[in-house]
Amino acid sequence: MSTSRREFLMVGTKLLVMTAATRSALAHVLAGTPEQVDTYTAAEHWWAMVIDIEKCIGGGNCVKACKDENDVLNEPMYFRTWVERYHVNSADAEHPVVDSPNGAYDGFPEAYAEGEGKTFFVPKMCNHCVDSPCTQVCPVGATFVTVDGVVLVDKEYCIGCRYCVQACPYGCRYIDPRTHTADKCTLCYHRITKGLLPACVEVCPTGARQLADLKNPRDPVHEFLRTHPIQVLKPQMATGAKIFYNGLDGAVR
Amino acid sequence: MKFRDVEHLFRLAAIFLAAVLVFAIARAELVPKDFGKYGHYRPAAIDDVRARPIRHAGQKACAECHVDVIETRMSARHKALPCETCHGPLARHATGDDDTKVAIPEITPLCIRCHAARTGKPKQFPRVDVKEHAGDQKCMDCHKPHNPGIEQ
Repeated sequence: MSTSRREFLMVGTKLLVMTAATRSALAHVLAGTPEQVDTYTAAEHWWAMVIDIEKCIGGGNCVKACKDENDVLNEPMYFRTWVERYHVNSADAEHPVVDSPNGAYDGFPEAYAEGEGKTFFVPKMCNHCVDSPCTQVCPVGATFVTVDGVVLVDKEYCIGCRYCVQACPYGCRYIDPRTHTADKCTLCYHRITKGLLPACVEVCPTGARQLADLKNPRDPVHEFLRTHPIQVLKPQMATGAKIFYNGLDGAVR
Repeated sequence: MKFRDVEHLFRLAAIFLAAVLVFAIARAELVPKDFGKYGHYRPAAIDDVRARPIRHAGQKACAECHVDVIETRMSARHKALPCETCHGPLARHATGDDDTKVAIPEITPLCIRCHAARTGKPKQFPRVDVKEHAGDQKCMDCHKPHNPGIEQ
C-alpha cells in the first residue's frame, strides 16, 4: 500500500474541513509569505480630482502615462485624458483659439509669442459625474457609478450601441475598435483601490492634478476647495461633475 | 350561442405560457445572482476593472531602492519630479517580474516638452527659447537632468 496512515489522515481532514479560503491561507503559511488581504472598502471613499490650471504646463506627460497604463489605442488616436491649449485674445475674448495636437501626447509646439493674449492649458478627462448622463442612457446596465463614485464600463455587458458616447457632454467616451465596446477613464480604478495614485496624477511634474477622496476628512482637498475659485465644466448640465478646476477661465467650454 | 372552435384559444394560451416559462428560465440562468446588488449592474464588472495589471510603480517604490538618485535630487530643482515622468512606466522593473532596465530617455526632447518658451506655459515656470538659449548644443552638455542647476 502506497499511502501511509498519516498521509491518509492529512488528506482526509483537508477534504473534510477545508474551504477555498482556508486552503489559500494554508498555502501562504506553508510558503512562509504574508497573505495579501484585500482591505479596500468602497463605501469609505468618494473619489474626485482637482486640476490646478495655474500649475499645468501642457507637457502631456499625463496623456502618455494614461495610454501606457490603460493600453489606450494610439493608431488611430483615442484618449481617456487629453490636454487642450486655449489662447484668448483680449480683442476677441468670446472666441478663444483651441488646439490639442494628438491630445498633447507629445506636448505642444511653439505658437504664441510671450505676453501676447492669455494662453493656458486645460487637461480634460471623465468627470465621474454623480448624476452621469452616460450611465442613465445605457440600455443594458453596462455602465454605472460605483459605491465610491467612479463611472465604469462593464465590457462583457456592453453591446456597443454608442448611446453613452453621444450622451456624455464632455466627449470623454469612445468605442474601442478592438472590442467594439465603450471605453473611458476609470480614474485608474485598479490603482486607487490598491493605494496608488492614478497614472496621470503619478507622473504630473508640477502637481497640477491631485486625486481627492471627498469622504476622507483628513484629505487636503477640503481646504483647497474652500480657499480657491473652483469650477466644474458645464455646470449648467447639472451632471454633478467631480473634476474640480482651479482658476478655470470663462472661455473654457 | 355556443362558442365554436374554443380549442384554438387553449392552444394559443399553452404556447404563450410555454414562452413565458422559457423566458423565466433563461433569465434566471443568464442573469447573475448578484445583479442589482449595488445598482442596475453586475458587481463582478468592478472586479474585472480592478484586475487590470499595474504599469506605473509609483514614486514610493522607486525611492525604496534608488536612494542615491533621491539624494542627488534632494537639493535640486527637480526634486519633486516623479521618476516615471521621464523614465516611463516601470512597475515590472520594480516588482522584479522581468529584468527590464530603466530606460534612459532621449534628453533634449524631454527638456523641451516642459521648458520650451512660446507654448503658453505659465509665467512663473522656467521657460527657454531653445534656439536662443542653446543654439545647436544639447541640453545634457551643460545640465544634468537629476540636478539641472549648473555647478560653478
